[in-house]
Amino acid sequence: MSKITFAIGGVHPDDAKLSRGCAIEVLPLPKTVYVSMAQHLGAPAKPVVAVGDKVRTGQVLAEPGGFISAFVHSPASGTVKSIAPRKDIIGNPVPHIEIEVEGDEWAEGIDLSDTLVTEIPEDRNAILDKIKACGVVGLGGATFPTHVKLNPAPGSKAECLILNGAECEPYLTSDFRIMLERPKEIVVGAAIMQKVLGGCRTVIGIEENKPEAIESMKKAVSGLPYDIEVLSLKKKYPQGGEKQLIQAVMHREVGSGGLPISVGAVVQNVATSLAVYEAVQKNKPLITNVLTVTGNCLPVERQHNYLFRIGVPLDYIAEYAGGIPEGAAKIISGGPMMGRAVACMDATTVKGSSSILYLTHESTKRWTETSCIRCGRCMDACPMGLEPYLLNRLYKAGDVAALEENAAQDCIECGCCLYSCPAGIPLLDNVRQAKGLAMGAIRARAAAAKAAAEAAAAKEISKTKED
Amino acid sequence: MNSVVIWTVVVLAGLGLVLAVVLYFVARKFRVEEDPRIELIEKALPGANCGGCGYAGCHSFADTAVKAADLSAHFCPVGGNEVMKQVSAILGYELAEKAPQVAVVRCNGSCAVRPKLNVYDGAKSCRVKAFYSNVTGCPAGCLGCGDCVEACEFGALSMDPETELPVVDESKCVACGKCVKACPKALIELRNKGPRGMREYVSCRNTDKGPVARKACANACIGCGICVKTCTHDAITLENNLAYIDFAKCKLCRECEAVCPTGAIHGVNFPKPLDKAAVKERIAARNAAAVSEKGGEK
Repeated sequence: MSKITFAIGGVHPDDAKLSRGCAIEVLPLPKTVYVSMAQHLGAPAKPVVAVGDKVRTGQVLAEPGGFISAFVHSPASGTVKSIAPRKDIIGNPVPHIEIEVEGDEWAEGIDLSDTLVTEIPEDRNAILDKIKACGVVGLGGATFPTHVKLNPAPGSKAECLILNGAECEPYLTSDFRIMLERPKEIVVGAAIMQKVLGGCRTVIGIEENKPEAIESMKKAVSGLPYDIEVLSLKKKYPQGGEKQLIQAVMHREVGSGGLPISVGAVVQNVATSLAVYEAVQKNKPLITNVLTVTGNCLPVERQHNYLFRIGVPLDYIAEYAGGIPEGAAKIISGGPMMGRAVACMDATTVKGSSSILYLTHESTKRWTETSCIRCGRCMDACPMGLEPYLLNRLYKAGDVAALEENAAQDCIECGCCLYSCPAGIPLLDNVRQAKGLAMGAIRARAAAAKAAAEAAAAKEISKTKED
Repeated sequence: MNSVVIWTVVVLAGLGLVLAVVLYFVARKFRVEEDPRIELIEKALPGANCGGCGYAGCHSFADTAVKAADLSAHFCPVGGNEVMKQVSAILGYELAEKAPQVAVVRCNGSCAVRPKLNVYDGAKSCRVKAFYSNVTGCPAGCLGCGDCVEACEFGALSMDPETELPVVDESKCVACGKCVKACPKALIELRNKGPRGMREYVSCRNTDKGPVARKACANACIGCGICVKTCTHDAITLENNLAYIDFAKCKLCRECEAVCPTGAIHGVNFPKPLDKAAVKERIAARNAAAVSEKGGEK
């Protein structure tokens, strides 16, 4: 049994990887796709096409709306029908580009063959430009633009690139399937990122409940001429959390408010690695990803892993997979621990979509909230070493300064506290709000400091002018 | 035995006397000069310490009011004009009287007209709920968890179990504005009470396009603009598919309420119920007159 894991906290939910045996199937295109302009962390993308334009698969639809933002490409060929707000999975209006699908004619210069290209381009900046141009974002959940993450600020140096194949969320099997079916591409993608980061140590971390994936990745690594290790990690949630993975692999702790690069780490998901491979070696933009259709009220023969095009509506996938099963009380996009409950089934898939999860009432119902009994289970479960019960109380009291002092801003929203609370207190709900308050206070202070510094600089300039 | 009692009394009395003298001089030496008007103002204020004025409490209000050059930034919504008259008398400042205000909930999406599409079972808090999901099709509507009710320190708000919307008790509302801050959907607005409490307002905040808004809620403002065209006082503006009535300009003629196709415009505290047909006739007659006048000009 593997001992490699993070030091404190964590919980052990049933991994329920029911769809692990389902090979990846290609999902056919629907008649209409809706491409969201906010499928990455940061500023929404700005459309560069107009209504009535003919677009081809892989053509740029929108350009980044800021430094932390990403390109968005067309998932199909057809005509742009409208550019209008449409509801996302939680029902908030987000600008979408509606495309009437007329076929699947790809834009020029995209290599659609299956041949493995192992030759990595020499020029680091050219690689980064390609990753940016292909709209690659982190597919582990946060959808942070990859080209930003692979280009650390001057002065910080990457010492270790960790490929996240932990897939610690129960039910999800999309990363598992790509590690089985496309291991070589993942390894080449990792080698590309390794090169961009200046040839640092590169580790692929996989939870031990996926021995086939570990085997497959080890085989791929040994067959290719790169210096990459495969590590088997202990099965514990949230093993795939960025900071937890860094601690497990490098035995280093990212400080409060710090970024992984501050301890020399860069973490990328295996699916991101595949997207990097396709972007750099095949010039293929990120318009596909793998999504698991699973759940505890869905018979295994009706579970699927689909290679989907971004922008495909969720209800289309659900319909294609045989409809919403009887007994499904909650539909979740993402894992059961961190995923979001779907409020609108006509919302569309985005780059980071990883699952449609059907769960029964029994497994998702909230307990009646009773008083905190000070058992301390939430503290034992918190992988960040926070005190969720205290943050809950401070949030209710509205004491932002104390929240900040107690590091509410360091919460990774993994849900271990809520999972472990015997009193049914909605700890995650409240701590998430508390985190928002603390982050807001920190940001406001930073903005005020910046404004003051700018004012001082302006004063200085006018003074020197007077002199 | 006797001498022990006497000595004890003498020593303690002596100590007390000496310390009293010391304390007297220390108190004189380190006295904090405070404007006596602060205390007077504090006495005049309601003393609820609600923070509705924007200051930390009644003392903070009094303290800053004394230091301020005028009373433009100070208004006690709880005490209203009466208390402010006393305050201005103490300070000798001019007082700009403010019309009394009341909290108005700008959502009328009751359970009957706004169908629920999902079930929410998370923490019972609007702020949390707003973060997670949209239970109804309306992204702007009331979430119904009662954050505003919890925020109100005067017991003026309550949830109607039937409509699942908050109800304002106008006799208790002091327009402190706490509920306005508590609502994550910014649905509550402080509006002038109006003559005899009569008010006209758009009870909706949905900025979706007409068909979308209508589908989500039968009482939604669909941004058709008929109220803007009808209003003869230029009091209504339409922005982002949503009408807004400026209470400073509104003359309470109720014409907009009569023509609104969805019932998004509400009039409250009017002595008589609105006779829609009569008002519509009046508008039609006026329009016809205007048309004939135009024709005559030609």
